[in-house]
Amino acid sequence: MKNTLLLKNGSSAKLENIPVIEAEGFRQHLNVQIQKGGRLSALFLVPGDPQSGLFAIVSHDRTSEIEVFSCSCGRKFNALTPIMPQAHWFEREIAEIHGIEMIGHPWLKPIRFQPKAGQNVEIIPGVTSYFEVKGDEVHEVGVGPVHAGIIEPGHFRFQCHGEKVFHLEIELGYQHRGIERAIPASQPQKIIRLMEAVAGDTSIGHTTAYAMNIEALAGLKPSQNAAIIRSVALELERMANHTGDLGALAGDVGFLPTAAYCGRIRGDILNTTGMICGNRFGRGLIRTGGVGHEIDADLKKAILDKLLLIEADLRSAISLVWDTPSVVSRFEETGLVSREDAVAAGLVGPAARACGVAVDTRLSHTFAAYDRIRPELALGRQGDVNGRATVRWLEIQDSLRIIRTLLNEMSCEKAGCSAKKAELAPDSLAVSLTEGWRGEICHAAITDSKGNLKSYKIVDPSFHNWFGLALALRNQEISDFPLCNKSFNLSYCGHDL
Amino acid sequence: MLQILKARLHQGYRTFPFPEKQPPMAPRYVGRPKILPGSCKGDCAACADICPTGALSRGAGNRPVIDLGRCIFCRACETACAEKLISFTQEFSMAANSKETLVIADEKFRQAEAMGNELRRLFGRSLKLRQVSAGGCNACEADTNVLGTPNFDLARFGIQFVASPRHADGLLITGPVSQNMKLALQKTYEALPSPSIVIAVGACAISGGLFKGNSEVNDGAAGIVPVDLFVPGCPPHPWTILEGILRFMGRL
Repeated sequence: MKNTLLLKNGSSAKLENIPVIEAEGFRQHLNVQIQKGGRLSALFLVPGDPQSGLFAIVSHDRTSEIEVFSCSCGRKFNALTPIMPQAHWFEREIAEIHGIEMIGHPWLKPIRFQPKAGQNVEIIPGVTSYFEVKGDEVHEVGVGPVHAGIIEPGHFRFQCHGEKVFHLEIELGYQHRGIERAIPASQPQKIIRLMEAVAGDTSIGHTTAYAMNIEALAGLKPSQNAAIIRSVALELERMANHTGDLGALAGDVGFLPTAAYCGRIRGDILNTTGMICGNRFGRGLIRTGGVGHEIDADLKKAILDKLLLIEADLRSAISLVWDTPSVVSRFEETGLVSREDAVAAGLVGPAARACGVAVDTRLSHTFAAYDRIRPELALGRQGDVNGRATVRWLEIQDSLRIIRTLLNEMSCEKAGCSAKKAELAPDSLAVSLTEGWRGEICHAAITDSKGNLKSYKIVDPSFHNWFGLALALRNQEISDFPLCNKSFNLSYCGHDL
Repeated sequence: MLQILKARLHQGYRTFPFPEKQPPMAPRYVGRPKILPGSCKGDCAACADICPTGALSRGAGNRPVIDLGRCIFCRACETACAEKLISFTQEFSMAANSKETLVIADEKFRQAEAMGNELRRLFGRSLKLRQVSAGGCNACEADTNVLGTPNFDLARFGIQFVASPRHADGLLITGPVSQNMKLALQKTYEALPSPSIVIAVGACAISGGLFKGNSEVNDGAAGIVPVDLFVPGCPPHPWTILEGILRFMGRL
């Protein structure tokens, strides 16, 4: 059997065609692919008896290929993390859920405080060992799980010397709702709704990735207009969240004009999504096989008119940020992540692009309607708050261009939804990547011999990026934590699943 | 400075005059459903079969009933019903004092009533809330947070979200209450000075929503803390949340 199986984004393969490599060969092969510039998009275990299947999904951005290979894994496995830092969170996840001993992993702390598969024991979240720094004037600050604002829960623990943060540890899991476990047991009409709630601010990103997998397994192809509507919705989602975050960043440094304006403009963008499907977060818009709502000529015009107003408001509100030296000086050099660290930790999305890392799934693994219009790659000068803010503003402006171009390219045909009852190919794996506003979303679906979903893996960009926030806090003032945190604005529930 | 003033002029005054005027909802907005006159044919259960959250069931007189506490407003039942008995309206007002009130069997709906006189005396003009997300997907959280923006401006009603339960008159809970947030929610509730109120926002916080029955969650807030106001939706529209709170304060 060949050592490689290369897939295109949103395609499937028979399980028997996925190379199975013995454990040491698997490590070596994966290491070579990462050295060559591949990215570990997912690493997950499908339990079996006595051997489980460990699957690696590696994205090759230059060739637009997604490589899938596996190894059979017993109760012990030589950890990848020492040679490949970007595997560290995945290996902690596998150890926590499946009890696999990852030999040589520096610290197999739980990431979600969930019981092992099949067990039902009460676990007290957040209770585990933590990094400790000892010495005169060293102190520890614990924050959360309940935070001061209207935010999801998580626990942050800072090791500080005076105001300076030596290290930030992030413990999550408070939002764990058992989504991946619930998927194989759920009806299709419920699964797509679960996808919309993986991360409620990324409904379009996750639902599109799921729809692509089901379409690959069922041999469905959405119409061109459906592909356009998906991209339009995804860009609206990006704009809304980036706008909200730019406002919140301004608020965190006490610059209230932009904070107030952007909070409202974000709502106008959500309302634009609401014009298409009735729901501000795009619930009900993406369907397997197509879309649930049409954009006719009148609605197209209404959206384009609304975008003109939104753009004028945005330019007025956001240009103030970079016209105000006191704001820029707070953004610059704050929460710095080096390019090397970003690559090693496997960061994705605006957090990586701010560091100058050219990753954007829309460009490298095109999907939806991005073959019709190429997004502009937005890169920051350095990976500080200013870099992350700049990337977001560039992307907002590019989203406007993409939406306008795509809407104008829509034909008058109905977008529709081709799925009647989707029969899924049995014993297969499908993999999809989308570029949500936080970065790459990876979904992998595996079917059993009857064509039912047997296993479903979801990797939210936050899964890659939470450690990036920890890196950004090194040697920062603890008072800059809110600013750094908002510049990433990662998902708790997307991580906790 | 001139730029800031110019931007201020451009952005203008944007607070919507609610409740004096009814806010315009998007034409495709899905609001409170009603069950129209008529009865189901045979043993048809198309609505219940298609509902992703088990919100539909067959009630008295062979008619469907819909539980707004579970409903995610996907309209699947409306499409599935051959007798066209289920109809979603544009009505955004749908908060209720009890879960039972949220079960709709006809065209009527009992609006939430104001809190008791003693509580109204304390909270009717100033209500400080602590928000706890307990497994929420960040949609309910986002549409609660947005109430602080100039368009809604909830501060003009004396409502404010505060940073500590010690400063709060009540909790606003989102999410199905994950097992991992149960303890934190209990502790936050116990830290409220009494008397206090609790508002559950969204299908998850009312019934567990899409996650109902998962061993990882507690099927909503009411099993953990006493809830005084239920605001349905997935997520509820911000106007639904604001209208519900104002009604509960006796301000509408």
